[in-house]
Amino acid sequence: MSQLVSTKKTSSIKRKKAISKTTAYTALTVLSIIWIIPLIWMIIQSFAGPEGSKGKLFPTSFSFHWYAELFTNETYPFWRWFLNTLVIALICLVLSTFFTIAMAYVMSRYRFKGRKKLQSLGMILGMFPGFMSMAAIYYIFKSLGMAGDVAWWKMLIALILVYSGSAGLNYYVSKGFFDTVSKSLDEAARIDGATNSQVFFKVILPLSKPIIVYTALMSFLGPWGDFIFSSYLLGNETAAWTVAVGLYRMITKDPELYYNTFMAGAVIVAVPITALFLGLQRFFVEGITGGAVKG
Amino acid sequence: MTAFFHSLFAKIAGWCKKFGQNFLAFFRNLPQNLKKLCLNIGRGIRDWFLRYIKIFREGDLGVRMSYLVMGSGAFARKQIAKGIAYLAIELLFIFYMIFNGAGAIRGFFTLGTSFTYDLHFVGTDETVPVAGDDSMLCLLFGVVAILVIAGFLVMYFSNIRSASEAYENSIVGRKLPTFKDDLRALFDNKFYVVLLFVALIGVIAFTVLPLIFMILIAFTNYDRDHTATGGFDWVGFQNFGSLVGTTGLSTTFFPVLGWTLLWALCATFLNYFLGVALALLINKKDIKGQKIWRTFFVLTIAIPQFVSLLLMRQLLGEFGPIMELVRQAGGNAVNLFNNKHTARLIVILVNLWVGIPYSMLITSGILMNIPADLYESARIDGAGKLTMFRKITLPYIMFVTGPYLITQFIGNINNFNIIYLLTGGGPFGQAGLSDGAGGTSLLVTWLYSMTLDSQNYKLASTLGILTFVVSAVVSLLTYRHSSASKNEEDFQ
Repeated sequence: MSQLVSTKKTSSIKRKKAISKTTAYTALTVLSIIWIIPLIWMIIQSFAGPEGSKGKLFPTSFSFHWYAELFTNETYPFWRWFLNTLVIALICLVLSTFFTIAMAYVMSRYRFKGRKKLQSLGMILGMFPGFMSMAAIYYIFKSLGMAGDVAWWKMLIALILVYSGSAGLNYYVSKGFFDTVSKSLDEAARIDGATNSQVFFKVILPLSKPIIVYTALMSFLGPWGDFIFSSYLLGNETAAWTVAVGLYRMITKDPELYYNTFMAGAVIVAVPITALFLGLQRFFVEGITGGAVKG
Repeated sequence: MTAFFHSLFAKIAGWCKKFGQNFLAFFRNLPQNLKKLCLNIGRGIRDWFLRYIKIFREGDLGVRMSYLVMGSGAFARKQIAKGIAYLAIELLFIFYMIFNGAGAIRGFFTLGTSFTYDLHFVGTDETVPVAGDDSMLCLLFGVVAILVIAGFLVMYFSNIRSASEAYENSIVGRKLPTFKDDLRALFDNKFYVVLLFVALIGVIAFTVLPLIFMILIAFTNYDRDHTATGGFDWVGFQNFGSLVGTTGLSTTFFPVLGWTLLWALCATFLNYFLGVALALLINKKDIKGQKIWRTFFVLTIAIPQFVSLLLMRQLLGEFGPIMELVRQAGGNAVNLFNNKHTARLIVILVNLWVGIPYSMLITSGILMNIPADLYESARIDGAGKLTMFRKITLPYIMFVTGPYLITQFIGNINNFNIIYLLTGGGPFGQAGLSDGAGGTSLLVTWLYSMTLDSQNYKLASTLGILTFVVSAVVSLLTYRHSSASKNEEDFQ
């Protein structure tokens, strides 16, 4: 009798488990579809035939026509934008990463007069809308001859300065990381006669690969996604645009003409960035969870 | 699941209560705190004066001379290189003030005294434009001059302190550091000065300076009718009055502010809780292929936001596939972006699509970090699955992500991309809203269109300051009581 009850019980637990498992899988499948469909839709549209596919559910034929169009169009020189963004992103990667790491290291390791004040000042600065001062920045660059009616490469230098200049303020996440690196390492190196700069460059930095990769990844991705500063500083000089500005203007100014070209451009931008991101995902997760813990 | 929502609502209720209490306490204690602040500042200034008077009184000739001629103290102790450096700074400063600085300071107050105008020659049709003072440049150089003076004062007092230090060292007969030692110290004990200097120079040039500049603009009448070359002027708090006061733009400002707060609340908490739920779902023990499921969602983080947002705009637009489906089903296609309510709903939903993966990833990371022995000991004590979830998993997630929620809230108040790239702030032409604000405009997107479309710089700056006030009040009320700000040293 008792055996019967217990088998009944286990089978009901099993059934319950099976039901919860199926529900979980169904929910995940439905959600994944919602998340993936827009991206698949983008890729399909980009391969539409020359007749285009605006206003249609599916393209009637497929081709590489719009990719060819994207790279040969003269009003909108996409390959220039791509190169511009790539170069800016690479330079920012080096500069911003160094500024951020330096600031984070100082804030984590040194106790000096005014440190707390500097921290609260950083927090206060972070609460102003970041682009509130863009008109002033524009004017500063204009008075330096780097904005307005000037050569495109000067505008790009201005943009790099804006992106990497304020990188020192985003030190929270990396500081959280340095806080977890044991101080006994520094002390051991100091006893062995290393100076503080040697400790930083030869002991701490080699140990900080995860956070350096995270910071570098973020600094590299920033210019690809920024729309505000680039569209304000670069104005109407198409040769100086970044992909974000270019693709935005393309789809908002001439949505009829450039619908599929826009999709092709979006794919070209998204594919390498996504690949890079997925490859370095581990560092990203470590970075943001660390940041959430200590932030 | 009911347990989950139960403790969730209890948590939220607790937060709201705490927030309300903080809010009241903040205003109750305001007069007292202000008084304390003033007293502290006063005391600080007095101590500071006394300190430098004391140094002057007790110092020898070299120390006293350094109050007038920078570097004298160093020369008196034979620290020649240091003395020359200080002296050079003083001479450069005097030179700058005579030829540039004094004029810049005057320009800062007057913002230019002459206007640009056309000079007519009597009896002819010829005109010659005469350039007046550029108010924008006057302001810019004025701010730069003030920063230079501040920098000089820092150097000036460091010169006095270093003179007195060297004097005290020479009295007790300690060896003084040579210039070489000072240089070497920059890479050793004072290495942080080098690193800080490198990191902060960009911050000062491209964040602090422009920000001071724009804050000042909020107190002028700089707009399309009062341009830089035409000359604009100081107007005091007039712009704040026209945004917040009973006349003017307050009928636009307050609705936009209300939507900004509503949006930030929805965007932050919905994203957070649904993200946590998704993470719990994916990290269930018996789910296979967790990594693959996660990757599906992570894709939206990986793709640059402007791409996915512009894509969504096409997808949901009047000629997008969704409306096409409606059309094929025999319905009437409508432009969802033309209605205030549907536009707002879309913005919040798309933000879920963009944001849930973030909080899912963070929560997944935290879930994996929960020490396994916590569960182990709970199991030994006979705790069930549900109890463990309520007593361990949930409190742990909540504790760890508390500060993250605050930064997210501030981030959403300033969340420009989602709104601007999806709706552009529209639909426009709403009742009561004017000056480029639309149904989904946040304070920041309104600021942007004021700068870009109507060149109303004075109001844009005022809006920026008010946005800052909103963010600051929110974080003051919550951050002060969160654990992370207090226990900084605990982690090390």
